[in-house]
Amino acid sequence: MSTSTCGIKELPGGTPARDEAGPAATPFRADGADSPDWLLQRWGVMLLIRRAEEAIAAMVEAGEVRCPCHLYIGQEAVAAGVAAALTPSDTVWGGHRSHGHYLAKGGSLEKLFAEVLGRTSGCSGGRGGSMHLASPEVGIFGTVPIVAGTVPLAVGAAFASRMRGGKDVAVAFFGDGALEEGHLHESLNLAAVYRLPVLFVCENNLYSSHLHWSERRVADNLDLAGEFHSVPGTRVDGNDAVAVYRAAHRAIEGARRGEGPSLLECRTFRWRGHVGAGWDTDVGVARRGELAEWLNRDPLARVAERLAVLGVHDLAARERVVLNRVADAVARARAGASPDRGRVLQHVWAEAACAP
Amino acid sequence: MRTLSYVQAIREAHAQLLARDARVFVIGQGLWSPWYAGASLEGLDREFGRERMVDSPVSENAVTGLAVGAALVGMRPIVFHPRMDFMLLAMDSIVNQAANCSYLFGGTISVPVVIRAVINRGGEQGAQHSQALHAMFMHVPGLKVVMPATAYDAKGLLIAALEDPNPVLYIDDRWLYAETGDVPEQVYRVPIGQAAIRRTGSDVTLIGISTMAAHNLKAAATLAREGIEAEVIDLRSLKPWDRETVFASVRKTARAVVADPGWRMAGAAAAIAAEIYEAAFASLRAPVERVTLPDAPAPSSRAEELAYYPGEHEIVEAARRAVGAGQPAKAARGAA
Ligand SMILES: Cc1ncc(C[n+]2csc(CCOP(=O)(O)OP(=O)(O)O)c2C)c(N)n1
Ligand SMILES: [Mg+2]
Repeated sequence: MSTSTCGIKELPGGTPARDEAGPAATPFRADGADSPDWLLQRWGVMLLIRRAEEAIAAMVEAGEVRCPCHLYIGQEAVAAGVAAALTPSDTVWGGHRSHGHYLAKGGSLEKLFAEVLGRTSGCSGGRGGSMHLASPEVGIFGTVPIVAGTVPLAVGAAFASRMRGGKDVAVAFFGDGALEEGHLHESLNLAAVYRLPVLFVCENNLYSSHLHWSERRVADNLDLAGEFHSVPGTRVDGNDAVAVYRAAHRAIEGARRGEGPSLLECRTFRWRGHVGAGWDTDVGVARRGELAEWLNRDPLARVAERLAVLGVHDLAARERVVLNRVADAVARARAGASPDRGRVLQHVWAEAACAP
Repeated sequence: MRTLSYVQAIREAHAQLLARDARVFVIGQGLWSPWYAGASLEGLDREFGRERMVDSPVSENAVTGLAVGAALVGMRPIVFHPRMDFMLLAMDSIVNQAANCSYLFGGTISVPVVIRAVINRGGEQGAQHSQALHAMFMHVPGLKVVMPATAYDAKGLLIAALEDPNPVLYIDDRWLYAETGDVPEQVYRVPIGQAAIRRTGSDVTLIGISTMAAHNLKAAATLAREGIEAEVIDLRSLKPWDRETVFASVRKTARAVVADPGWRMAGAAAAIAAEIYEAAFASLRAPVERVTLPDAPAPSSRAEELAYYPGEHEIVEAARRAVGAGQPAKAARGAA
């Protein structure tokens, strides 16, 4: 059954509210996720995602980045929280909005910028742009903008892991819209019937493109999507990195022990428009004015508040380090070469299998 | 006559079809967004109501199946896929179901559905947001396939497609949306299966599909300055296609260039070239030239996009090859 963790309250609109007790919605617990070091590290990952995407947004606005970019700003706690529960050889699978998944799993910052700039030094050789990121060395075997497209592939990675007797877990990140595709449900059943080590992470940001969930669905119950297939689901506050981590950690460790798949519904919100650098307007349609409320639930500010409770106050110096890292990486990415027009036919066929 | 853009013509056809026939409805993704469908459906939800202009969940196969089912029992649906790439998820509803119904059930049932797919490429969108897959559907018996290249045809073919008792795949291309042309205000049809001769000429026949039909006209102007008079045919319908018009032209010019916005291997141009060889071999003075995409997925960076998409330049070169080593056709013919 769906469990409501970490004191999320339902608002009439079906959106979760922070616990009124204060910023530290998730109770402190001695599991490492409360330590200043842990929080600082997660805060760093989230800040890196945010500043990297702000840099991309600026380059989109300047016309320097031309590929379609779907920004993740506002949802950073999901990627950062889940990634904290993963090992380097675990795989993550994403979609059109996957800069955050890529960076949280350890993908190269410079190669991300180079990719969106269309440089040969990009993580996909400049072939894919923002919507197609690969970094097999950190467990990313291609994010793609076909909604739900990688979910069955995540199930396949988990199938391989189990068949080879390994401990690797596959995480499928997808949006609320993706649950409207039939093969996502087929994937849930496959994962359940073969007891595969998969975590299905639904990042429910309430919208699919310009459509609010209530225009696409009768009930606000995506956490139950796996129930019928015997995949247990949990709803968490997706803007609370600690809560996301704890729920993901529990599910992932269970999967490693052979207990099969589970599903996390992370309630969150993207601040920017569906695609591009704009704010809160989606493909020509304004959203319903939720943004102000969600800005107030800034996932970064919430970790900062937890840190403050623990006596860690000065984040400015660390922020400068991240900003410098981003600026350096952008500069190096810009210096990369654009592809030679003559290479169009290169890589249509693989010369040899890439994965061992 | 009145001038409309290609995208306005598509919108007007929808509006007129919705206005005159209560059986018509439109379903698919992006109908309530002025952006998704590139203004081709803008405001129709306000005009005709959201019961008949249905912006759907991300469920391509079921939504297409829904339209097929509604057509089977007497409605006249238009199912909308804002990108052809996403329509691949609806292959079962289109290929197994819609295309087979009439034949499979001995003519007792029919599927008067229009499946509208948009080609939306370029802009560094990469391999999964750029595909022109018309050839895959030409391959399937029981499906009709149309690809308008002008504003006039965009309207007339949509109306003809909806009136046809068969499933018709109507493929429009975002690169054509701003093209303008004369478009009558009244309801009219462009017959499915009829090509249009856009320019007459005696030296080479340029056969074009969709965006490539527009490039052919520009190429013909360039060729004319070199003394090569090209006959330009806009195919408009791919299945069935207008063999009579094409064969008559090739018999006259003895040379053919087929310009296709899709891939080369087993593509539309290949199918047309094969039939030209079968029907007009004796008249040909040069191999049939094909101008197509290279057999590679769409790259994303602009540098590679420029190399990937053929246009006027490639057509001119192909036509020159066909008339013989850059010589004017008359001289080449004299030498033969
Ligand atoms: C198969 C398919 N259908 C439609 C689309 C168009 N599309 C791109 S993103 C998107 C919205 C997806 O919403 P959601 O899954 O909630 O992810 P979010 O954008 O909110 O992160 C849609 C419909 C697509 N890319 N692929
Ligand atoms: Mg969403």
